[in-house]
Amino acid sequence: MKFKTVLIILLVFASCKNEEKKAEIATNDNVVEKQIEANLDLEVYDFAGFEKFLNRDDGKIHVINFWATWCAPCVKELPYFEKLNAEYGNENVEVLLVSLDFPHLYESKLKPFIKDNKLKSKVIALDDADMNTWIPKVDETWSGSLPATIIYKNNKRKFFEQSFTFEALETEVKQFLK
Amino acid sequence: MKNTFKLISVAIIVLCVSAFTINKTTLNEGYKIGDVAEDFSLKNVDGKMVSLSDYKDAKGFIITFTCNTCPYAVMYEDRIIALDKKYAAKGYPVIAIMPNNVSVKPDDNLDAMKQRATDKGFTFPYLIDKEQKVYPKFGATKTPHMFILQKTKKGNVVKYIGAIDDNYKDASSVTTKYVEKAVDALLQGKEVEQTETKAIGCSIKA
Repeated sequence: MKFKTVLIILLVFASCKNEEKKAEIATNDNVVEKQIEANLDLEVYDFAGFEKFLNRDDGKIHVINFWATWCAPCVKELPYFEKLNAEYGNENVEVLLVSLDFPHLYESKLKPFIKDNKLKSKVIALDDADMNTWIPKVDETWSGSLPATIIYKNNKRKFFEQSFTFEALETEVKQFLK
Repeated sequence: MKNTFKLISVAIIVLCVSAFTINKTTLNEGYKIGDVAEDFSLKNVDGKMVSLSDYKDAKGFIITFTCNTCPYAVMYEDRIIALDKKYAAKGYPVIAIMPNNVSVKPDDNLDAMKQRATDKGFTFPYLIDKEQKVYPKFGATKTPHMFILQKTKKGNVVKYIGAIDDNYKDASSVTTKYVEKAVDALLQGKEVEQTETKAIGCSIKA
């Protein structure tokens, strides 16, 4: 009897741990406790205000990911950017997650998403409807599909209109670490 | 003599390599402005196959790659319906093509497309690129992604690639209606001024 109880307790612990390890980012559909108002401050920029993030001359490696909560492949790769931020934060790598969510969904979708998934990287929102003007300023080759990522250090930069695995992302960042 | 031979061989090699490279780029990136678009035969929500050649009286086409599941595409649905209402009678009908892999996006399957077309009262065909062979030819990367074709003697020539207008959020705040401006120019026998524009969209799911 006692043995059984211990076994159950152990199992429960093990499953918890497992869950913690996975800590997969929830999609819109399964965000729990949606009703809880997320009281976090969100910086919102138009492109003129945002442009400074693309041109920092500070010797750091900036990894800027354009995403949105409605973009499934973006949500899938977010944990890799979070991992990068956690593992390379000490090595002068700075991750910035730029949300292109719709402004009327900042409160109901974006903020709860940031909170529920405990995003540690800096998240800002870009709200500028005149896309044809600003998209080419991010990168001439960008057609406008999400996700998209820029990695830059001073004058060296690379643009990616694609999804990443953690390994692929790490490989690209390492090119800048050299 | 030997030198000349060497020079010629080098020239031939360079030519072959560059020809191959140029070819490859075109294949990867899809149609450019001025290219002739190949016709296709895709299934419509009513079960019938649709091709550009079915439209004997058309002067051209407003082709949109769109889907049920992308919020940007949804925001533009009413404006696409309006485009068809305005331009189909003038010879530029809308043709909508759903390019996503439905095993990745089940809500974009043919039944869901049918439902969407009925609910919204689409006045134009809503075709499924089931084998996903048409959108790469166009070089479409996202939904919504617009292509305007003009029917000419040499075929359907690509005249415009890009966005519908410059404000996805609010149709009443739009300052430039890119697609309308382009079609108006073509109808007046003029060249399109702004042939390419960019906009955010959902990546097409391969």
